[in-house]
Amino acid sequence: MTLEVHNIGKSFGGFRALDQVSLGVPEGGLVGLIGPNGAGKSTLFSVISGFVAADEGTVKVDGRSLDGLAPPARVSAGLCRTFQVPREFRHLTVRENLMVAAPKQSGESLGRLFLQPARIRVEEEANRARVAEIIRFLKLDGVADSPSGTLSGGQKKLLELGRALMVEPKLILLDEPFAGVNPVLIAEIADHVRTLNARGIAFLIVEHNLDALARLVRHLYVMDRGRIMMAGEPDTVLADTRLLDAYMGGAVGP
Amino acid sequence: MESYLLAIAAVALIYVLLTLGLNLQYGFTGLINFGHVGFFALGAYASALLSLAGVPLVFCFVAAAVVPALASWPIGLISLRLRDDYLAIVTLGFSETVRLALTSEKWLTNGVQGIPAIPRLFAELGIGRVADYAVVATLLLANIGAVLVMLRIVRSPFGRMIEAIRDDEEAVLALGKDPARFKVQVLMIGAALAGIAGAFYAHYITYIVPEQFVPLVTFYVWMAMIMGGVGRISGAIVGAGLLMLFLEGSRFLRDFVPGISEVEMASVRLGVVGLALILFTLYRPQGLMGDFTRR
Repeated sequence: MTLEVHNIGKSFGGFRALDQVSLGVPEGGLVGLIGPNGAGKSTLFSVISGFVAADEGTVKVDGRSLDGLAPPARVSAGLCRTFQVPREFRHLTVRENLMVAAPKQSGESLGRLFLQPARIRVEEEANRARVAEIIRFLKLDGVADSPSGTLSGGQKKLLELGRALMVEPKLILLDEPFAGVNPVLIAEIADHVRTLNARGIAFLIVEHNLDALARLVRHLYVMDRGRIMMAGEPDTVLADTRLLDAYMGGAVGP
Repeated sequence: MESYLLAIAAVALIYVLLTLGLNLQYGFTGLINFGHVGFFALGAYASALLSLAGVPLVFCFVAAAVVPALASWPIGLISLRLRDDYLAIVTLGFSETVRLALTSEKWLTNGVQGIPAIPRLFAELGIGRVADYAVVATLLLANIGAVLVMLRIVRSPFGRMIEAIRDDEEAVLALGKDPARFKVQVLMIGAALAGIAGAFYAHYITYIVPEQFVPLVTFYVWMAMIMGGVGRISGAIVGAGLLMLFLEGSRFLRDFVPGISEVEMASVRLGVVGLALILFTLYRPQGLMGDFTRR
C-alpha cells in the first residue's frame, strides 16, 4: 500500500506546526523522518493517524483520501501508529496487551458474549496462538505474563511494535522506536523492522538516533520548523551541511 | 434480633448490587460516576409507580433496569468524549437533577410526600419472617446472577478491552477500537444494576421520598468499593459488607460510649464511617481484597 501526504498545514493558535508538508511512502517502503525537536514530526504522525485534524491538505492511502476519518477507520485502512512515550496498558500483562489489539473480536460484543460463547472460545484460541508467535518473534517470552507497566523502556517499545503487528497493518508509523533504548536492543528492534519490511509491511519512522535510522531506512525526509526541508537517500542527506544547520540553527538562533 | 439481621442483610445485598455496578464502571473501566444514586432513584421510582399502576412486579423490575440504562445513554454520548473528570461532574449534576425532578413533579411522584404503600415482594406471604426470608433469598439470587454476569464480562475480550481503556484510552484508539462504545455500554450496565437495586429498595422499604436519594448514598457506594478493593468483584461484595458493618455497628456504639443522644448519634455514625475510610486508605489502600494493580 502507498501513503501520500499532500500539503498538510496545521496551526495551534498562532504557531504554524505544519506548513505545506508533503511526503510519500511507496508500497513496502522503509522511510525515515528526522528533524530537531519541535519540527512537527509527531504532529504529522498525529495528523496521518487521525488523532489531530489538519487545517489543510490531504492524506491518501492507495489513492483514497482519509480526510475526516477517525483513528479506528484509518486503522481499518491499514495504518497503525505507535507512540513516542510508550502507552502500554500498564495493569495488563504483555500477553493481555497483545490480545486487546487483535482485530474484529466477537468477544467485544456483549450480545455475542452471552449468545455465542463457543465462537468466542475458538477466536480466543486463534488469537492466543498469534500472540504467542509475536511474543516469540519479539523475544518477549521472559516477560510475557508480567504486568506491562514493569517492563523496561526498550521492552515497552517492543510491546508497542507487537501490538501494532496484532492489528495486521500494511503500514506502521513508528514514533521514536529507539528513544531510551539500550544499544543492544536498538539493533534488535532494527532487525525486527527489517524482517517485517521484508514480509511486505511498510514503515514510516520518526527517530532522533540518526546513525541507527540511516542504516535502517532507504529514504529519509528532514523536517524543520513545520516544513520538509530536504529529502533523499540517507547517506546523501546526512552528508548535507543544511542538516547540521537545521539542528544547530534552531538552537543558536540567526 | 432475627428480623433486624434480615433487614441488614437486605440492605447489604442492595448495596452489593450498587457496588458491583459502580465497580464495573470505575474499577474496571475508569469511569468516574458520582451520580450512582440517580440511577438507583430512577429504578426505585419506575418500579414503585408501575407496581402501583397494577403492572406485575416482574415487569416493574425489568423497567427498573431499562429506565436508568436509557437515562445513562445520552449522558454517555455527550460526556464520554470529554476528559474523565467531567463525567464526574456531569453524573453528579444528573443525580441531583433527578432528585429535584422527583421533588417537583408532584403529579407523578407526589413530591416531598413521596410514594407510600408500595407493594412488597411476596406480599402473599404476609408480613413477617417468612416474607423477609423470601425477599432476602430473592436478593441473594439477584446478587448471584449479577456476580455471574460480571464475571463473564470481566473475564472476556470485552473485560480485557475496558481494562485497557482504563489504562490508556488513546492507545485503544490507535489500535482501531472505539473506546466510546465500550464506555457507553459499561455506563448502561452499571445504571441498570443500580436501577434493579432501586426496585428492591422501593419494594422492601415500601415508602420512598426524594430525600432518600441524596449524593451521600453515591459516596457510601464509593466507600464500599474502595474498602473492598477497586476492580475486584469480590471487593464489591466484601466492601458492601464492611460498609454495613460500620453503618450498623456504630449504632451499638451508644451502648459503650455514654452521653451520646439519639440526634448526635447520626453524626457519630457518619464520623465512624469516615474514620474507617481514612484508616483503610492509610493502611490498606488497595482495599481488603486487593485491587486491580496487584493481581
